[in-house]
Amino acid sequence: MLAISRQRILGQSFQKIRPAVPGLRSYSSAAKQITVREALNSALDEEMSADPKVFLMGEEVGEYQGAYKITKGLLEKYGPERVLDTPITEAGFTGIGVGAAYYGLKPVVEFMTFNFSMQAIDHIINSAAKSNYMSAGQISVPIVFRGPNGAAAGVGAQHSQCYAAWYASCPGLKVLSPYNSEDARGLLKAAIRDPDPVVFLENELLYGESYPVSDEVLDSSFCLPIGKAKIEREGKDVTITAFSKMVGYALKAAEILEKDGIYAEVINLRSIRPLDRSTINASVRKTNRLITVEEGFPQHGVGAEICASVVEESFAYLDAPVERIAGADVPMPYAANLERMAVPQVEDIVRAAKRACYRSVPLAATA
Amino acid sequence: MAFSAPTANFTPLNTPFLRSHDNTLVSSLSPSPFFGSTAKLRLSSSPNFNLHRRSGSVVAVSEAVKEKKFKSTRNLLITKEEGLELYEDMVLGRAFEDMCAQMYYRGKMFGFVHLYNGQEAVSTGFIKLLKLQDSVVSTYRDHVHALSKGVPARAVMSELFGKTTGCCRGQGGSMHMFSREHNLLGGFAFIGEGIPVATGAAFTSKYKREVLKEADCDHVTLAFFGDGTCNNGQFFECLNMAALWKLPIVFVVENNLWAIGMSHLRSTSDPQIYKKGPAFGMPGVHVDGMDVLKVREVAKDAIARARRGEGPTLVECETYRFRGHSLADPDELRDPDEKARYAMRDPIAALKKYIIENNLASEAELKAIDKKIDEVVEDAVEFADESPVPPRSQLLENVFADPKGFGIGPDGRYRCEDPKFTQGTAHV
Repeated sequence: MLAISRQRILGQSFQKIRPAVPGLRSYSSAAKQITVREALNSALDEEMSADPKVFLMGEEVGEYQGAYKITKGLLEKYGPERVLDTPITEAGFTGIGVGAAYYGLKPVVEFMTFNFSMQAIDHIINSAAKSNYMSAGQISVPIVFRGPNGAAAGVGAQHSQCYAAWYASCPGLKVLSPYNSEDARGLLKAAIRDPDPVVFLENELLYGESYPVSDEVLDSSFCLPIGKAKIEREGKDVTITAFSKMVGYALKAAEILEKDGIYAEVINLRSIRPLDRSTINASVRKTNRLITVEEGFPQHGVGAEICASVVEESFAYLDAPVERIAGADVPMPYAANLERMAVPQVEDIVRAAKRACYRSVPLAATA
Repeated sequence: MAFSAPTANFTPLNTPFLRSHDNTLVSSLSPSPFFGSTAKLRLSSSPNFNLHRRSGSVVAVSEAVKEKKFKSTRNLLITKEEGLELYEDMVLGRAFEDMCAQMYYRGKMFGFVHLYNGQEAVSTGFIKLLKLQDSVVSTYRDHVHALSKGVPARAVMSELFGKTTGCCRGQGGSMHMFSREHNLLGGFAFIGEGIPVATGAAFTSKYKREVLKEADCDHVTLAFFGDGTCNNGQFFECLNMAALWKLPIVFVVENNLWAIGMSHLRSTSDPQIYKKGPAFGMPGVHVDGMDVLKVREVAKDAIARARRGEGPTLVECETYRFRGHSLADPDELRDPDEKARYAMRDPIAALKKYIIENNLASEAELKAIDKKIDEVVEDAVEFADESPVPPRSQLLENVFADPKGFGIGPDGRYRCEDPKFTQGTAHV
């Protein structure tokens, strides 16, 4: 998304200060562009070569080069014992992965989409997430479940659900959701090195998008911390939290709002569980208004959790009610115009931000 | 590959065969524990076949049917009307799918579209034997199943375009075709998901007959699925229960040897799927799925068996899809020689040859059917093009059968009672 190339990091951020990266592609410094797909592929490649216990498992990850080409070239490089094409048995191969993790291997299980993970959810929650607890620390499960999550384009109700909220509600799991290439590389490497089960939610529509990355990101020891959010854009009037594709939309909305004199602070959550409550709360204490954006269903969603957290910790600082922008409370329809209505758009975020800043007519009761 | 020359021995469905353990088997199968009742189920007085346990040996029906054909050259397998009906149905399926590909590349269709080219014999062979009240449950490759079952081409095409005149008003899409009127129970994206649903439909049919006492209810259910599904746990769970409770269902495996890019032989420990039937106590049949007449013969027996209350059958149809898994699949892993070999066995060409050689109809009549189908498909596209997109208010409709599920609004009444509910901003 072009918006991110124009981000400015003013003054202190919660992370290391990095040089501002201008968006002009002709700039010949270290601003290399890679797609999210390349980022994920290189992360898997490096982790597999660093640790022989890491192996991949999933449908079409080998000979087909990955259903979305994320695992391209890995079969040729590491052979069929480390890149396993499985039959269509989510429950079966997830269980096998968890069992392998019990005994010290580090599987990376790919779900063709996270919708299919529902067939295996018993293993993800009961065998993987709860094991360390039930065994009082004796059995840890260093497994990564990754795959595309959320809506794609025109794929219907059974292929479009966002599972961030479901998995993030379960203790024992870590849930990550990257936005750009840097996130994808850093978080996937961190996930593979992590000794706990990690659910890694990617987004199919972002795979082909390229983002600038610095040399530090391309280094093979690059890793992002799990549990820390990133402030993509600083602002002072309203905080917008988002993850995955919605970060791009939030940044675009921030551009539009800036023209109206509203400076929005955009937080890329990166980690849904554990949620970086301190970053969010600190931001809300600065701006006093909060909008949460997500693609999934509204009830019991990520936004609901953030809202509760902010109300608990920063209630006195809020000048306006917290608003959640979420997908429509319906199974995803197929028709293109209905689908557009069922997923948040940039205009929705802009409108909500303005409402929070009292720049438009106060909201009447809506559905 | 084991399929081109099926070798296992297996007696065809409609000939009596050695039943050395017959009596003991039947009596030891004491009245099925259907619903825990001990009421005896209606067993046919002379069962045409056994529920094998271990002695399930299975021969390719293609051999047996071929013999039958040779023995009775004068008694053709189909009459002229039937022949033309089968031909028309297969040509409709093929023309429709080709048009879908065109429309997809023009941007009128979107998302995931899975085409059925090459497999028409299975759909036509089975579904044309059904009554309106019989049900069909399918997978995402369901356009042709819908057409064979009787859903109008216009409704299917509109659904694919996402228009409100589609069979699901544009809300389901390519992978989720439903029709209450034609008893097409979907259209499921997850493989293996339709099998338990089909088993449930068969259960309902049996329940209606035995518990609700609608004595003439003999509806049969057909479950269509692929070779990849046969490794999935749900498949085995349903084979077990269908055989246990003798449900009127036929499990039809459309074995086209490939699950996206995963070859059947690479993913299955025993690639001969029909053998899995006898392991659960039902007959397993292998048939050449590129020949609609052979499929029809097997289907007749299996469906009749289910209607009589004798239980399920597993039919494995060896077939092939001429296109990739979906329109987004580059289809690089399949050997072009394999594709060429199967293209020579095109079911439509084979049926055409049969009809002409046996003087059932003339070339001109078949061409007239081709032309008629082209017009039907063109008309369907025009209709779909001109149909309106769903209105905004449709977004919130049909989430619940009783829409009180949207809860109570700020004015204290149910949200759904407010006439402006669906016109409003669908912002939650």
